[in-house]
Order: sequence, then structure tokens, then C-alpha cells
Amino acid sequence: MSEHKLPQTSAGSSDDSLFFPMRTRHLLGIQGMHRSQIEPILDLAESYILMNRSRKTPRDLLRGRTLINLFFEDSTRTRTSFELAAKRLGADVINMSVAQSSVNKGETLLDTAATLNAMRADLLVVRHGQSGAPALLAQKVDASVINAGDGTHEHPTQALLDALTIRRHFGRIEGLTVAICGDVSHSRVARSNIHLLTSMACRVRVIGPPTLVPGAISALGVEVFHSMEEGLRDVDVLMMLRLQKERMSAGQVPSAREYFRFFGLDQRRLALAKPSALVMHPGPMNRGVEIDSLVADSDQSAIQEQVETGVAIRMAVLDRLTRASHT
Amino acid sequence: MTALVFENVRLIDPASGLDAPGRLLTENGRISGIDKAGTEGIPENATIIDGKGAILCPGLIDMRVEIGEPGHEYRETVNSASRAAFAGGVTSVAVLPTGTPPIDDPAMIRLLRSRGGDPDAVTLHPYGAITKGCSGEALAEIGLLAEAGAVAFTDGNRAIGPTRLMRQALTYARAFDAMIVQHPEDPSLAGAGCATDGELAIRLGLPGIPTAAEAIMIARDIRLAELTKGRLHFGHVSTGEGLSLIRAAKERGLAITCDTAPHYFDLNENAIGDFRTYAKFSPPLRSESDRQAVCAALADGTIDAIASDHTPRDADDKRLPFAQAAAGGTGLCTLLAVTLTRVHDGTLTLPEALALLTSRPAELLKLESGTLATGARADLCMFDPERIWQVRAGELPGRSQNTPFDGRALEGRVLGTWKAGIQVFGAAA
Repeated sequence: MSEHKLPQTSAGSSDDSLFFPMRTRHLLGIQGMHRSQIEPILDLAESYILMNRSRKTPRDLLRGRTLINLFFEDSTRTRTSFELAAKRLGADVINMSVAQSSVNKGETLLDTAATLNAMRADLLVVRHGQSGAPALLAQKVDASVINAGDGTHEHPTQALLDALTIRRHFGRIEGLTVAICGDVSHSRVARSNIHLLTSMACRVRVIGPPTLVPGAISALGVEVFHSMEEGLRDVDVLMMLRLQKERMSAGQVPSAREYFRFFGLDQRRLALAKPSALVMHPGPMNRGVEIDSLVADSDQSAIQEQVETGVAIRMAVLDRLTRASHT
Repeated sequence: MTALVFENVRLIDPASGLDAPGRLLTENGRISGIDKAGTEGIPENATIIDGKGAILCPGLIDMRVEIGEPGHEYRETVNSASRAAFAGGVTSVAVLPTGTPPIDDPAMIRLLRSRGGDPDAVTLHPYGAITKGCSGEALAEIGLLAEAGAVAFTDGNRAIGPTRLMRQALTYARAFDAMIVQHPEDPSLAGAGCATDGELAIRLGLPGIPTAAEAIMIARDIRLAELTKGRLHFGHVSTGEGLSLIRAAKERGLAITCDTAPHYFDLNENAIGDFRTYAKFSPPLRSESDRQAVCAALADGTIDAIASDHTPRDADDKRLPFAQAAAGGTGLCTLLAVTLTRVHDGTLTLPEALALLTSRPAELLKLESGTLATGARADLCMFDPERIWQVRAGELPGRSQNTPFDGRALEGRVLGTWKAGIQVFGAAA
């Protein structure tokens, strides 16, 4: 246990982590996580926001620990966010991206895992284009694996940072109505958010064209809308999803301009939500495709704040996983 | 000159309807006598095998098996597949043509048939490819392949997608009374999907295949069979909707048949939870309601045969992210015992279950085996339907160990297997 003085949050004390332990030493997804496991992470991250602002982070917490950012897909912001989080807690950080690794030479995922294992990394942050790849790695490495986005499966730290952003704005999460808009079908961000928000007793709506919002998703406890005008009415939070260009080539959406016409978020549509509604986006944004610049840059937008909470959430996750694997 | 007498056995021969305690005599690799009692006519030097009440039935015929030979010997060879087959009571297998090279040449058919003729090898009945190279473009030499001994024609797990090509295959094959075996999945609808569309696929973030992909292909091909009067068989059917279409076609008197595989009536899609690639199949495992529909179709006779769909793959093919992992599981060793679960739960009677594994596939492929008739080759399987054992991947006979039933306790164990009167599995008598 580190010696620095943690702020007075429930998650900070080691006694409570006996009652609300991380389910495993890995963070592979939000599905299956209980509210009592989510809230301590948010509480801890809240305290890290304050520490980050006053530049007083506990740099000895992860001293001597090694974190490897293993990114099979390009991502500047998520990788940087994890790197910053780890460095603020004193960890040594190595960045491996696919372009430099031997994966391109035919090495399998499990060979990579064995190699990293031999290097004795403590924390492995993995982004991969295939759903389930971090889970596969987690079976074969001694390090704690953190899923930083796998295929169309989950992106748990994004959902946690979104939840913290919401909580900081409204003072609560439960009871809010949240609309997730766009390419829900191919979005790991949407899946993790649906799991988290439903377990925190939010009303969740998903809005998008039927080709990108499968009807069967209602089994996850969400309401399905295919019209922004209907779905946005009186919502507290709007989460916009990035529309990938390949949706157009795959014929799921005819064109970007048609998408923006019917499913883009502009000021007129934003006005249908509650006046206090918060606009979020996991980034990077396609301005003029899923979101209008005026909305993205408006006072109601929390998009920049999401970046700040992102670092804090990742610090909290690294903190708790490190404790979980050493208690 | 060798003679065997199986005594104190329950003889079950679905082809003749025999199900009675009795005795069976073999001489020179053929069945020479079946009776219910008595001792007359037994050669003096005959070896006597006391079955102690076990069941003796024809050696099983597995009509859908992949063998690594040729081209993928690291997965399975004829020798290793034979060990797996014999341990499961299987004495004849129909081999899919999707090796490397594909079986689209008469010489390949002759090679495999001759390998299967070895006394210690399972009898091999090769399928011929429908299209050259199983590439789905031009018809293979169906006539020459049939003449060389191809038992039926298929492109394995590649469906014949283009409607015109399927029409040609069904039409042309009529000249040789050859059966076309279709993989029931519309390839353009299935796309890159690797799980059945629905809640589980959404949760796992895996691209889904709607069950309609099976129904669409079956409906189209039934119509083409009507148009062409060709002989059509659907391999490993797995959905209630597909089976309803086949049931209705049979009621209209069409010559349409189908089989299913044990994993489709014993497992449902939940087996792939947490990205378990050993439960990845093509077609993918289905919902529980479809699994129940497969059981119902076994009970009412819509399904003509049970085939193991034995697909050996090594760990490197399986230990990959789910969408990239190979589909398929081994099944020769577990074929009988998993089928018997449907006897133990009352879905099928024991003779009905054995018919689906012996006489029915023999009829479909026009084989002489699969029966206990006097004069037939003495391919035999002796088993205890109640003996319990546990499936343990890593310890199963055969090279590849990718069973989806790892850890499963099963009731029904093969005690001995004989090919042409020679014991190839089991404790020595």
C-alpha cells in the first residue's frame, strides 16, 4: 500500500475494496459489472481530477511498475490518455504500435502475449480490431489487461469517463435519460455505455438508421428509435457516435449528406432535448457528418471535459487494478 | 480363416428392424449367422466374445467428415482419423472434398478409397467436388468422379451461391443419379458473420448471420430441385425454419433429404460466451429454440441422418480472436454418445437413433454397409448405452483435440469396434 494520503473517498480506503473488489485483475468490459464496482472507480477518479488540477498526483503509487500500451489499431487520444495517466502515477510506460511490432511479420497474438509476459509488464493496455482479442490475451499473460477498445465489443474506460462526466454535470447518474445516436451496431463505445448506464438505472435510448441500430439491441434494456426528432425529446444527455467512412462503402448509409440530414445533431434538434442537456462525443468528431460545429463548440458540449475525465478515470483504473492484483 | 461368435448381446439392426437378445457369428470378415439362441453351426476354432448384455449394432457410418489428408496432415491423417473413428464405433466415413488439393479429380477418389481399404483404416467414401477446386465457378467432372467412386457431391462448407450454377449442378448430376449436398447458408447474406444474429452476437460485438440465411438457401434449392428433378441433400441443418421447409417439401413428395450434427441438437449459441472459439461452427450454433426444433425434427423423421461434421483443427487455428478463428470441431469419438443423449431424454428410441447413424446414411450414400444382414461385411460396434465417461480434450484418440464437448460427462461408451471381422478398437476378447 502506498504511503501518500488519498482523499476521503470510499474507494480510496483499502477496507472498502474488500467489499467492492474489482471482479478480476483485468478490465475487459463493463458487461457484468455491478453498480457497486463502478461507483468506487468514479469516486476515485473524481479525486484524481482534483489532484491533476493541483498537480499533486501520487507519483509513487505505480513506481517500479511497467505499463505497455499495445495498440493494434491507431489511436492517438486513448493511447496518450493512458500514457499520461500512468506517468502521473509514476509508472514506466512503453508504447508499442502495430507498425513497429512483429505482428506484421506473422507473429500471432499469443506469441506477442508470451513475449510481453517474458518482459514482466504489470499492466497491459490493449486496443485491437477484433472483438475478444484482449480477453484472449488476458488468458495468457500475468499482467493486468485493460481493454482500450476491441473490435465492436467494448471500450470500458470510455464508458467510465462518460459516466463521470455526466455525474459531474448532474450530480447523479440514475434516473437520467441518455440518447446514444448513430452507428450503434459497430460501436464498442455504445455497448460499454449501454451496459454501464443501464446498470446505473438510466433510461437509455439508441437512435440511428435501422441498418446501424439492430432491433435486437432492445434486449440490452434500451429503447430503439429511428428518428432523431422522436428519440431526442426531453433527453438529459446526447452521446454522438462517430460515423466511419466504410459504412458508406458497405451500403449501410447512402451518403454523408443524407446521414447528416436525418441523423446529424444540429441546434434545431438539440433544442428538442431538455434545455440543460449535455452533448458528448468520444472523438474524433466528423464535423458536419454526425455533429454540427455550432453544437460541438457550444456551451452544452462536454467534449473537451471528456478528455480531462478520461485521464482521471484511467488513473483510477490503473490504481484499482494494481491493488487488486496485489491483495 | 477366422471366426467370431458374439454371445450374450442385444442385437440391434435398424435396417431389418431386429432388436433382440441373441448371438452373431462372423466368418472371413462377413456376417455368417444371426440367431436368438442355440449353439449349432459354430466352427470349433471360433473366438467367443461375451458381450455381457451390451448392444451389438452395425458399425456407424458418419456421412460428413473432414480429414487432414491430403494437404493438412498436421490436423489429421487417415491413421489418426481412423483411431478416432474406431474409438467412436464408426467404421465408414464420407470424406469432404475440401482438402488441399480439393477432390475434384478421379485419381484423388481412387487414392482415398484405396487408403480406406487398408485393414487398419476406417473405410473412406470420398465426396466429389461439385465445382472445380471447390471454387464455386465451373462444374467439376461429376461423371468421371462418380465412376471412380464418389458417393455424392459437395463443395463442403462452401455453399453453391449462384442460382444458375446450382441449377446446372442438380440437372447435370441426374445423368449419374448423383446426390448434391448443399451447405445451407446464403453466402452473400452470411457475409463475414461468425455468430447467429441476435442478442448474444450484439453483446459480444461479433458480426451476425441471420437464421434467414439458411431458410433462404433451403427454400431456393427446394424450388430448384423441383425444377430439375435432381437429388438434393442439405448438410448440417440447424434451424427450425430450415427444417420446416424441408418437412413441407418431403410432404409434397420431393426427393429431398438432410442431416444434422450433434452440436446442433446438444449445444446452443451460449456455448460461445466469452469468445469460446472451440464452439465456433459453420453454420454457427443457434438459439435454444432452434436447438429444440432440431430435436423435434429428429423425433418426427424430418432429419434423415446424424453426421459428426468432424472438423479437425489445431490450437493455432483456434486460439485466435473469435472472428479469425477456424470454425468446426472434432466429432468422431463423441458422435454416438452425444446422439445417445437424445435417447436418454426420450426424443428418440435406441433403434431410431442407431438408424440415423447406420442404415439411413447407408441408404443416402447407397452403401452396402450399415446392416447386420447375413453376408454383409462384419463392420460392428459393441457399446454399453449407460456407461458414463467424460470427454477430455487432449486425451481423445485422433490428432486434433478441438472438441466442443470438453469436460462433458456422457452416457454411452463404445466397448469394441470391428472392421471386416477384425477388432480395431476395444479390449481384446
